[in-house]
Amino acid sequence: MNRIDQKFQEDKKLLSIYFSAGHPKLEDTVPIIQKLQAAGVDMVEIGLPFSDPLADGPTIQESSTKALQNGMTTDKLFAQLKNIRQEINIPLVLMGYFNPMMQYGIERFCQRCGAIGIDGLIVPDLPVEVYHEQYKNLMDQHGLYNMFLITPQTPEKRIRYIDKVSSGFIYMVSSASVTGAKSSFGTTQTDYFQRIAGMHLHTPTVVGFGISNAETFTAATTHAKGAIIGSAFIKFLEEKGVDQIEKFIRSIRD
Amino acid sequence: MGALDIQRQAPNVARMKMLGAEVRAAQSGSKTLKDATNEAIRDWINNPVDTHYIIGSVVGPHPYPDMVARFQAVISEETKAQLLEVEGRDYPDHLIACVGGGSNAAGLYYHYLNDERVNIIAVEAAGKGIDSGESAATSALGKEGVIHGSKTLLMQTPDGQITEPYSISAGLDYPGVGPMHAHLYRTKRAEFLSIPDQEAMDWGLTLSQMEGIIPAIETAHAFAALDVRKFGPQEVLVFNCSGRGDKDLDTYIEYFKL
Repeated sequence: MNRIDQKFQEDKKLLSIYFSAGHPKLEDTVPIIQKLQAAGVDMVEIGLPFSDPLADGPTIQESSTKALQNGMTTDKLFAQLKNIRQEINIPLVLMGYFNPMMQYGIERFCQRCGAIGIDGLIVPDLPVEVYHEQYKNLMDQHGLYNMFLITPQTPEKRIRYIDKVSSGFIYMVSSASVTGAKSSFGTTQTDYFQRIAGMHLHTPTVVGFGISNAETFTAATTHAKGAIIGSAFIKFLEEKGVDQIEKFIRSIRD
Repeated sequence: MGALDIQRQAPNVARMKMLGAEVRAAQSGSKTLKDATNEAIRDWINNPVDTHYIIGSVVGPHPYPDMVARFQAVISEETKAQLLEVEGRDYPDHLIACVGGGSNAAGLYYHYLNDERVNIIAVEAAGKGIDSGESAATSALGKEGVIHGSKTLLMQTPDGQITEPYSISAGLDYPGVGPMHAHLYRTKRAEFLSIPDQEAMDWGLTLSQMEGIIPAIETAHAFAALDVRKFGPQEVLVFNCSGRGDKDLDTYIEYFKL
């Protein structure tokens, strides 16, 4: 069974953390994942840096640029993650843009992910139709789930389609926005979370974008199985460093 | 608009402001067209309900390249009408246009795409030379890739990171070409040439003196095709004079110390 499915069977609200691989320092990737698991995080999204991250706000853009300046490449990331499954058992998801995967060779990319023990991919600029028609079979072969994003503007028909063809979870973008931390959610967000919960999708939902503290985490997970924190964690890493990770996680969920 | 292009194209910025536009500077990356496109798409992601995204070039996610090509197609519609008047036939032997993202070129080619009597020539910016590391000649330097939601020819590192293009002309330094142009290149329907800064600038002067037309530096690249390719004396050539050079006067003044 895919580690994502296993994790989602647990009777708890899930906390997932995103970071850009190769930032703050090139060799921080593995220590960050180790510390996140030790702090009780349920799932980790490893960002594969890209020069033009269209769906990301300034914090992730900058961390991505710095990671590239530090020398991060697709090969380098795979080398760092080679033995990760000897000590890490929580689900690991790679999040990145399509072009670097395409240049690596999609088949070769999926093979490497499968061999390492990556459980799924989030590719914001891979449309679900293209995934379904061209890549689903290949990714299935390598045990890779594909998670897609929905926003408050995604029509019901499309949400149903995503629910039908994707696995793992549906990434519910909290509001129509690029990534970035917000301190609270308004009624528009709550209404949207409730509307999606009312659709009774068979794929669980996880809320991302704009989650930064205990308040937004609790609000997001009232109507969803879990929540993802990215920008706020990256800011914390820059200010406090890798050693303090446990403190950040405890501030979100004690 | 890219912050660097705001500097390079000050008169265009002033015109937009006079017409009531607010011009925001894109400060990320190379601060040129690619980055302005990134920022415009990000703004659209942030404001999907009350904002309608539009784009001037034949790049970006479907259906934008197709929409822009149809809007620009008025160029080849007029070309047909004018040629019939002047030459007694509504098609030329060669169509010549500069290609950055490729909107003016798409418009010039549009109604002739399936007319095999017509040779299509696309002129890209070689910048300081194709092998100089400062170029925007996508057909020579690019590889198939995905940018701004479309699959096309793209200048990039082996690892798939998009590289910063360079041209003296603000309209041509885009790291890709519109997907239609990538197709024309791949199927060999169009002939691709690349022209360095210096030749383009010289043609800017030549055209000014021969025709009294001060062309945009983008446009001057198209005319430089006359230097690198032979044409028969009886052949009918149509150049797309895609832009006026008054927006580029600062660059001309600095380049030629006028």
